[in-house]
Amino acid sequence: MKAIRTTDLCRSFGDVRAVDHLDLSVESGEIFALLGVNGAGKTTTIRILSCLLRPDSGDAELMGHSIVRDPTAVKQIINLSPQETAVARNLSVRENLHLIARIYGCTKNEADMRTNELVNALELHDVASRKAGTLSGGYQRRVSIAMALISKPQILFLDEPTLGLDVLARRALWKFIESLRGGMTIILTTHSMEEAQALSDRIGILAGGRLRACGTAQELMSRTGKDTFEDAFVQLVSEGESA
Amino acid sequence: MKRITVFAHRNVLELLRDPLTIVFGAAFPVVLLLLLTLISRNAPGDVFKIETLTPGIATFGLSFFSLFAGMLVSKDRSTSFLMRLYASPLTSTDFILGYTLPLLPLALVQACLCYAAALALGLPFSAATLRAIVLDLPAALLYIALGLLAGSLLNDKQVGGLCGALLTNVSALCSGAWFPLDLVGKGFRTACYCLPFAHAVDLGRAALSGNYDGFGIHLAVVCGYAAALIVLSVVAFRLKTTERA
Repeated sequence: MKAIRTTDLCRSFGDVRAVDHLDLSVESGEIFALLGVNGAGKTTTIRILSCLLRPDSGDAELMGHSIVRDPTAVKQIINLSPQETAVARNLSVRENLHLIARIYGCTKNEADMRTNELVNALELHDVASRKAGTLSGGYQRRVSIAMALISKPQILFLDEPTLGLDVLARRALWKFIESLRGGMTIILTTHSMEEAQALSDRIGILAGGRLRACGTAQELMSRTGKDTFEDAFVQLVSEGESA
Repeated sequence: MKRITVFAHRNVLELLRDPLTIVFGAAFPVVLLLLLTLISRNAPGDVFKIETLTPGIATFGLSFFSLFAGMLVSKDRSTSFLMRLYASPLTSTDFILGYTLPLLPLALVQACLCYAAALALGLPFSAATLRAIVLDLPAALLYIALGLLAGSLLNDKQVGGLCGALLTNVSALCSGAWFPLDLVGKGFRTACYCLPFAHAVDLGRAALSGNYDGFGIHLAVVCGYAAALIVLSVVAFRLKTTERA
């Protein structure tokens, strides 16, 4: 089953076309990376798919629900971890998790249970009672991702999930994302070739708001005849920009 | 409704963990009442009588709720936390109610503290005191709605300037809380009564004195302004929700 199918999706800001006739499909349970240079349209695409921005034209269906006609249904089945850490600074880690669980309709008991599960899974025991605003960037990022997971979304958007993390925290987070494989569809945006290769089943390369190429890292390397994924990416983006 | 309650609970925690709320919400109006009562012992005129001063201070104290509401919304808007909530099943109406509902009981607490201080300073207690406290709620709604609108449109620094400085001063000067508006002139008085602040103070004074002349008009103006501002803030918030780039 297709988790996401976009059709001719467009969004402009003034004269700048951020998303340009985007046709994309992602299978259910897939980890799909959106890769591109700055301004390629990755974050705008995520914002449109998570109903934060209306497309100028086109549509997208998430698990069969249209983002244009039925955003309420879409919002029930998705969650996201935005690019900047998104926590309520004066609330404790537990309170943050509890809040999001309850907003997505969990009972108090369910929210408690899921909070405990995620505190364990993301090793947040030591900071669970501390105000989220007082935590280090790495911990805040983990809390932010835990908040995205607590609603058990069918589709999870991770916008540059490891941005600003040190190598150990990044590896730990990769391991955790890897453990989610198959349980939900994950769309992640990243600038890191290594991250895209390590985590994703398929990679979509965006340039100038258009999808320039899509496939596994190996397929993209074969297609461009390059030995490394980074070289393949550079060639695909350069072709896209000169087109 | 459950989502609104959950979001409102989070806002209560945010507010109560902010020292600004305690200082301006609880202490400031009481301190002001004490100071002005001391001054009033050496000043002429009815306005400094505890019976006229208390509703004025109680209403003026509520102007800080614009600041609380505005800062809460604008700070949320300035972080990605609100983006997370925008993508959740919460609607614009849920947001506005979730921000408004926790502030109303806090406003009631502030009014109770203000009137309790006034009772200690010699205001006689009667059923009218309770009526005056309850009739602070439309004014509280008015100021909260002003804050929500400002918070929906402006950043936290702009909200601080508008609600923390400009609005409190305009509200103090144009409400007749400290001095009779006639003292400045008829034109000024007329202009002030086009705004809701003087009506809000008169509402409290009418409730406390039992003189209900013009009560309906005062109530209608305050509630009308509050309703219009709430509708505007929902619209502004919805605009920001769907057009956040």
